[in-house]
Amino acid sequence: MLSIRRDIVDAIVAHARKDHPDEACGVVAGPVGSDRPERFVPMLNAARSPTFYEFDSMDLLRLYREMDDNDEEPVVIYHSHTATEAYPSRTDVSLANEPGAHYVLVSTRDDDTQDFRSFRIVDGEVTEEEVQVIDGE
Amino acid sequence: MAVEVRIPTILRQYTGGAKTVEGAGDTLAALIDDLESKHPGLRDRLVENGSLRRFVNVYVNDEDVRFLGGEKAALTDGDNVTVLPAVAGGAR
Repeated sequence: MLSIRRDIVDAIVAHARKDHPDEACGVVAGPVGSDRPERFVPMLNAARSPTFYEFDSMDLLRLYREMDDNDEEPVVIYHSHTATEAYPSRTDVSLANEPGAHYVLVSTRDDDTQDFRSFRIVDGEVTEEEVQVIDGE
Repeated sequence: MAVEVRIPTILRQYTGGAKTVEGAGDTLAALIDDLESKHPGLRDRLVENGSLRRFVNVYVNDEDVRFLGGEKAALTDGDNVTVLPAVAGGAR
């Protein structure tokens, strides 16, 4: 299960809407081993594409250095699908390299329905999990 | 000639869990050969048909090796090499 604060969910959805029709991407970092997504880090989609996302390689290096220095890890890795449902594609699965992360997908296909889902992707296997949104703070 | 190599979480299964390992080589390709001799299986995760994999990023002293000649990038004693899998995907 993914437990995540409402303000972070809102920030992810807002980022996805803002970058639509391109895919938006980013991470939510949290203390190593805590499973708590706490620090929202929107990233630039270097591919600037409606069907693909990739962190810029130098941004990626800076992000991982920063997380290392803060004793953080990528608790959530999120991206949007802009014309399809919020479910990992074959590309998503083959490129998923953080078995410890919650892979969050948001679909911006419809203007008014919010499609926010979370998955584990380990060794090519996708498992959907419940999302618990925490209010307050 | 020693080079420090930072290994990402997903590849630590080849390094006995170690986050950094030491290797030697005057090019990235030679370093990867040396790493393979100590940590079998690692090379395949970095290299495909003699070239660096498209979705693996390698940095020498914080510079992307794609701009330093890729697997032919020169290394010298004391260099730091970082390996990071790309964070990528998409509906396509």
